[in-house]
Amino acid sequence: MAVMTYAQAALLALQQEMERDPTVWALGEDLGPEGGISGQYLGLQQKFGKHRIVDTPISESTIMGAAIGAAICGTRPVVELRYADFGICAADEIVNQAAKIRYMLGGQVRVPAVIRQPIGMRDGMAAQHSQSTEAWWVHIPGLVVVAPATPADNHALLKASIRSDDPVIYMEHKELWTVTGEVDAAAGPMPFGKASIRREGGDLTIVTWSGMVPVCLSAAGKLAARGCGAEVIDLRTLWPWDREAVFASVAKTGRLLVVHQAVRVAGFGGEIVAEVTERMFGSLRTAPRRLAAPRTPVPFSEPLETRCRIADDRIVATALEMIE
Amino acid sequence: MNETQAPTIERMHGMFLTMLRIRAFDEAAGQARRDGKLRGSVHETIGEEAIATGVCANLQPADYISSYHRGHGHCIARGADPVAMMHELYGKAGGVCGGKGGSMHVADFSLGILGANGVVADGVTMAVGAAQAVKLRGENRVVAAFFGDGALNRGPMLEALNWARIFDLPIVFVCEDNSYSDRTRTASVTGGPGILARAAAFGIPAATIDGNDLLAVDAAAGQFVHAARAGRGPQFLHAITYRWRGHLALDQGLYRDPAEVAARIAEDPIARIAKWLTSQGVAAAVLEADRREAAARISAAVADAEAAPWPDMNTLFENVQDAGAPTWR
Repeated sequence: MAVMTYAQAALLALQQEMERDPTVWALGEDLGPEGGISGQYLGLQQKFGKHRIVDTPISESTIMGAAIGAAICGTRPVVELRYADFGICAADEIVNQAAKIRYMLGGQVRVPAVIRQPIGMRDGMAAQHSQSTEAWWVHIPGLVVVAPATPADNHALLKASIRSDDPVIYMEHKELWTVTGEVDAAAGPMPFGKASIRREGGDLTIVTWSGMVPVCLSAAGKLAARGCGAEVIDLRTLWPWDREAVFASVAKTGRLLVVHQAVRVAGFGGEIVAEVTERMFGSLRTAPRRLAAPRTPVPFSEPLETRCRIADDRIVATALEMIE
Repeated sequence: MNETQAPTIERMHGMFLTMLRIRAFDEAAGQARRDGKLRGSVHETIGEEAIATGVCANLQPADYISSYHRGHGHCIARGADPVAMMHELYGKAGGVCGGKGGSMHVADFSLGILGANGVVADGVTMAVGAAQAVKLRGENRVVAAFFGDGALNRGPMLEALNWARIFDLPIVFVCEDNSYSDRTRTASVTGGPGILARAAAFGIPAATIDGNDLLAVDAAAGQFVHAARAGRGPQFLHAITYRWRGHLALDQGLYRDPAEVAARIAEDPIARIAKWLTSQGVAAAVLEADRREAAARISAAVADAEAAPWPDMNTLFENVQDAGAPTWR
């Protein structure tokens, strides 16, 4: 085991997969000289050459379209779109091509592409560099959606995503790039759809993912000090998502709170609450709740942005309301 | 060294047969759509057969092509089975895509066809990626990307031209210029000096040819495919043609001047190559027999497709994705 950052863990995974499989390559803006905006490609172009770590023009449609064409012709591209906000520039290629060309062609082709588009608020990046768009992609048949919360998961899930024959929307959280944790460099790929119970508790189930995992864990610590046992489930992947883990936890606690940084309206929390309510209404001791961003663009000004974030104290207060 | 093959009688007669097959296929498909026997969008290739035929005749079996909504001709020119294609248009079991693609997505990947696309220019970005994979894997393949004149006004098309140039990819862009972007005259919505100048602006060798002259298409495609294969990077073939019908089978094309339509139909690429074959000594009776045989083959394909069963209902859930498969319903 080694201690490394979330960005270094992803770098390690990509390097290992490129060593293992010569058809793995990456393309996007600024991958070579700077190693990506968070160092997640640092040194790879020097090691593997410009033909496998490809610096592209600012052409999101063709970055994505070319990756799809290359994927159906026997390679495994890792697509760097920098921010989820720019993933929207490639939405046509992702939604109309990557997600459905296998289906439209009756299974004649596969699209083994990883589509990296980091999400989340960080350091006043404002409305076009801060969005959390994960729910958009979960809605599209054909896509896998991954949102790792720890360095170890970023390592093992990126490996799994590169080896996946389905296209994967890979959403790292920008605020997690510098977070450190232990990583087993020899760890293999992690299966999709397996949640992690980050903390056990018997009074309330908190379901979350990505950058909200540490916030929820902080809240769970404060709740424990007040005699409330909160179970924190990190979904890790939103499609497929680990319903069994969520159902089992809610069967135990009877209370469900979903926390995410994306806008609350039509966010993925709504899907989780609906599934739980439809399937285990009789087990619920109180109405499920969601804590998420208001339906506004992400503002620049610090206090306004802070108001859009879910702080641990709000989670604590909501949890206590649900238990009372 | 030039890859262009001499226009022997045998070679051009083979291409004539391909053109007849394309026309017969789209005559039948368009009629079936107008008769209500088919659903969805059917974009006929009638009048544009020489381009797909002449370009594909210059490709090797391992090469790739990308197609678009008006794509039946590309498939047939690449050697796809018209019976499996017709099943696909009817949405029946036995369709080349299992009936899940239909006319706009009919493609046989085993023939190097990277898909037929319902989004204008998207096939072109995928084609440059295929060419990049060819280069990455060190393969000897060329990609031919087919698209219409309307595609030149989409951003991804312009991105793809730049991309092919900067990465020096083995690709031949083939613009099938039929003067119309759906129902709008392309010239009325296109700035600047024209399509050829757009290719030239990216430093891509380009030529405009008469796309209804099979001999001209064959000669130009031979040169361009050879240049791409020889490592000289992207090439751009601008082939002028005409769409005899509306944008799709149910569009009567009433926005066009009947005099224009009549004049352009007089440039029938099939009649022109038939005339050349006759001048080379092929008996008119032979060509007439070819026409009858092509029509009969397609009629049989239609009968087959009409009699075929619907796809198994379980195929609805097949080939969506592997991850999460049991839970997505």
